[in-house]
This record gives sequence, structure tokens and C-alpha cells, in this order.
Amino acid sequence: MSSNDPQGYKKTLNSPYTGLKGWIDSRLPLVRMMEAEYLKFPVPKSLNYFWSFGGIAMFCLIGLILTGIFLGFHYKPSADEAFDSVERIMRDVNYGWLIRYLHANLVSFFFIATFIHIFRALYFGSYKAPRELVYLFGLTMFVLMMGTAFLGYTLPWGQMSYWGATVITNLFSAIPFVGDAILTLLLGDFNVGDSTINRFYVLHWLLAFSIVGLVVFHVITLHMTGSNNPTGSEPQSWDETVSFHPYVTIKDLNATIFFFIILAFVLFYYPNILGHSDNYIRANPMVTPAHIVPEWYFLPFYAILRAIPDKLGGVLAMFGSIAALGLLPWLDTSKVRSCLFRPVWRICVLLFAINFFVLMYMGGKPAEGIYVLISRIGTAYWFLFIFVLAPLVGFLETPRQPLSITNYLKAKKA
Amino acid sequence: MFAAGSKIDIPKYDWSWKGFFGTYDRASAQRGLKVYREVCAGCHSMDLIAYRNLENLGFSEAHIKAIAAEYLVPDGPNEEGEMFEREAIPSDRFANPYPNVQAARAANNGAYPPDLSLIVKARPKGADYIKALLLGYVEAPADKDIPEGQYYNQYMEGNLIAMPSPLSEGLVEYDDGTEATLDQMATDVTTFLAWAAEPSLEDRKRIGLKVILFLFVLLILAYISKQQIWRDIK
Repeated sequence: MSSNDPQGYKKTLNSPYTGLKGWIDSRLPLVRMMEAEYLKFPVPKSLNYFWSFGGIAMFCLIGLILTGIFLGFHYKPSADEAFDSVERIMRDVNYGWLIRYLHANLVSFFFIATFIHIFRALYFGSYKAPRELVYLFGLTMFVLMMGTAFLGYTLPWGQMSYWGATVITNLFSAIPFVGDAILTLLLGDFNVGDSTINRFYVLHWLLAFSIVGLVVFHVITLHMTGSNNPTGSEPQSWDETVSFHPYVTIKDLNATIFFFIILAFVLFYYPNILGHSDNYIRANPMVTPAHIVPEWYFLPFYAILRAIPDKLGGVLAMFGSIAALGLLPWLDTSKVRSCLFRPVWRICVLLFAINFFVLMYMGGKPAEGIYVLISRIGTAYWFLFIFVLAPLVGFLETPRQPLSITNYLKAKKA
Repeated sequence: MFAAGSKIDIPKYDWSWKGFFGTYDRASAQRGLKVYREVCAGCHSMDLIAYRNLENLGFSEAHIKAIAAEYLVPDGPNEEGEMFEREAIPSDRFANPYPNVQAARAANNGAYPPDLSLIVKARPKGADYIKALLLGYVEAPADKDIPEGQYYNQYMEGNLIAMPSPLSEGLVEYDDGTEATLDQMATDVTTFLAWAAEPSLEDRKRIGLKVILFLFVLLILAYISKQQIWRDIK
């Protein structure tokens, strides 16, 4: 195309398709985009099943939005009516129990998928250049997910909803000078109450759809760089890749069905096992539950919050723990991505994962004695891992020479 | 799941609705309704249950109408603007023993008898806890100080409960001739309350089995397809 022939340049934008497909595609290049990004898109052929969890998380998100819409048809965001409207869904709405249990359990499985997805990114170095933005959009979505889940948990207006909301919103009062004003703005009142549930309902929807928006950016940035893979080596030829469809789609389908079998098992046989029995008691501002425990997926962060003896410090540590993860692409000094070739860093990452579960356990225990001590050690390791081990291990460790995708697959066969 | 658990060991009982194919024992739940109506309903409401829901327990429409008609529920205002009481109909929720929380407290030494609609789901050990509690009124240890209006119960947190032992041998007369032992009544009323807390349980388990079987078949097909598609990739 030459700069003095604008019509010639425009012709290159013409659709390769004819008929209706061509008519649409030359006006809205959706068909071309879908073909390039979801049919022919080259993906390293060495991906393992860890790479299926992004797609699984997306299916969870879609399921949450669909069930959320149907719940919204019947739910009433008011302190007087919320609890009863949820029970009405459970008892009188056709298949309401299924929709509500699905919504409640999908959240947990969304977090399970996301935790595995993030672990995958850490273990195989997917956060490193040039995928920093993919990673940052991902972490941002994770923060929004936590916000959405927290807001959603208050909506049934049971005891744990109410007191969880009271404890967590109270954290904002730790912010110097403006804390109380922010708290009042958030609650719409001086206490968690009718105006709180109303705005939490709106914000629950708003944040949920913000996540959908960020998925788009997550995927666009991913498709600029292409997927990482277990070797961390970029594909050197077409021969080291497969097309997204049907190779990746069928693989992800297998993983997704398997994942949903586990979900179905919990959903249909233990639908309340991940919840708290206190939330079947109507919210009562006069009665404080014996132990206020957040949902299981918040427990590691709750443990970090309580590990710091100072309120503001605890809040900073809790939010900081996730924000600090965002610095990892720049703090990790190693040239090698994948833990398969980084013997020392591999141990650090595995310890980080184990530490995550330790913190999760501590978050569910009362903040006393040995539990606080272990939470502090866990919190210390979290930050040590990011700020000290990531830069230091990168310098000191002697990584092995990363295998190419072809050689990796050969070695795996042997 | 992660809640700091109680230190009191709650015994485990056998329930008809446990397991993959579990269903509520209808006869037991029907007897349990009788225990609820004749014993518990004196103090405990069940706000979320309507008389019509009893159809699910195997009661006939006529029987439900007759049961409902035994209760008076507030209604109104009528055309003169007056509130009035009328006989309950199947679409009414279970009649409340007290007009409001304050009245309930006033009648019970300041303690509020909780609504029983969801009680089985609202306690960590569920049905086991409810049955154990009903049978948990034993002799207090000699050194235990029991305040006025409180009773000793070995399964209550802190061992003090404001509810006096509600059941005693032969307290109700079962229509089906079952002997109303303490254990029988506790089992029956717990079965009834479990049904009330989760009436969708049977549908849920039935559908669940189909869904999981369907997903397994789908997984097998997807797996075969995957092997086919990836066959030539080395």
C-alpha cells in the first residue's frame, strides 16, 4: 500500500469472505478476528492441563453472571426482605434452590480455578516479560473478584453476612484522617444497614461486570504475546505450535468437564459445605456470632490482616500482599522463566504455595497463641518471597539451560 | 467448614436422607409434625413453612385444610378497617405462637425461642445436634451453678439452656401406633425439621445423580475426541 493511494490501503481492509459473512465482516471485522484469535491462533503444543484453568475460570464467571441474573429477578436488596427473599428463591421459585446453590458454589470454584491459574503463572514464570500486562490485568481481576465475592456474601443478610460486612468495612476506618468518612460513604449510614445492602447490591453487579471488561484486556494482551508454556521457551517454528481450535478447545473441554464434575458433586450432595451455618440465621445487630469467619477463599488474607498487631498495619499488609505480587515481573531477576529449570526458585515457589494453605488454615482459627505466631511467619515468608527471594535467587541461582518445546516433548516421551 | 468448632462431641446418628439416594422418611416426618404441633409450636414459630408445603410430606389436600383450620392467623384490615383473626388456609404460613419478638421474650424469661424453619441448617452439626440437644438433658454435675430459668444440657454450648426439657416418654400419642419413646420423638421431630430446612433435598440428589452421570458420559466422549484430534501431534 502506498501513502498516495488511500483507496489501495482501504482495500487491504476488505473482508476475505463473501455473502452475509463478508457483508458483516467488511463492516465489523468480527469474523476475521474470531478466526485469527480463536481458530488459527498458534499455541505452543507443550501446554499441560495447568493451562486449562484460565478457560475454566471464564466458564465459572459466565455461570455466575447467568445465575446471578436469575437470582436478581427474585432477590430484594433490603434489610427487612433480603433473607426472606433468598428463602423464597430456595423454596418457591422453580429450581430456585439449584440456581442459588449453583451461584454460591460457583464462586468457590471460581476461586479454586483462579488460585490454580495464579500458581501456574508463578511456577512457569508466565508473569515475566513480555507478559507483564497479562499478569497485571489478571491480578486486578483477582482483586475485583474478592470485592465482588465479599459484596455478594453480604446479600443473603444472614448473621455471617451482616457481621462479616461489619468487620470488613470497619477496616476502612483504619485509614488516617478520611477513614470514617469513607466508611460512612461505603455504608450509606453509620452502621451496616438497609442503605448498605442496597448499595452493596448495585456494587456487586458493577464489579462483576467490571471483571468481564477486564477479561477482554487480559485476553487481548495474552494474544499479543501468545501463551507461555511449561518450558518457558517461545515457539521457534510453526511446528512447535498447534492451532487454538480444535487442539486447545478440545483439551480445555476435557478439563472443564472434569472440573464441573467435582463442582456437581459438591453442588448436589454438599451444597453448604463451603458456607457457614450461621448464615442461615437472620442478621441480628444485637447478637454477635461467637466466631466471625470470612469465606474460605479470604482466609489466607484474613490471616495476614490479623498477623499484624496494628489495625492500619494489618490492612496495609493484607492489601499489600496482593499489590506486591504485581511487582514480581520486575523483582524477579532471572532470565529463565520456568521453574522446571530453576532448582532453587522452584522450591521457593512451592513453599509459597504451601504457605498459602498454612495461612488459609490459620485464618480460620481464633487469633490467639500459636496461630498468631504461625500467621506471622507465613506473612513474613509472603513478603520475603517477593521482595528478597525473587531478586536474590535470580542472581545467585544457576539455572539449567531451558529446553526447546520440541526437545521438552521428546524428553517427556523418553 | 473452617469454623472454630465446638469442644462438645455431638453423637452421630443414622438419618434416612443421608447418602446419594437418601430421602426423608415420610412416616417419621409426619410423626415429627405431630411432635412439633403438640410440643414445640407452643413457643417456636416456623415462619417459612406454609401448610400447603405439607403436601410434600404425603398429606392429602383435605388433611392439610383440616390441619390449617385448627389455627387462627391475623388478617385484615377488613372493609371496616379492623384487623381480625380467621382460620388459616393451606397457603398461610404456620401460625406464630407469639404476635412479636417482644411477646415471645416476655413469655420466656427474656429468652427468644428461635424460629425452627431453618434450624437444622443453622447449626454446624445440623440434625445430629438437634436430636442430641433434645436428648441432652442429664443430671447437672454437683458443682455446676444453674441460674433461675436455665437448665442443664450436656450438648448446649456452655451447658446452660433456657428451654426446659421439651420431651418426656409418651408425651404425644402417635396416630400410627408407634410407641412415643423419647428417642423416637426426638428422631421424628428432627426428621421433620430437616425436611423443613431443606425441602428440595430429594430433588437435588435425584437431579445430581443424572447430572454427574451425564457429565461422565460427556467426559468419555470428549476424551476420545481429544485422543483422535491430538493423535498426529508429536
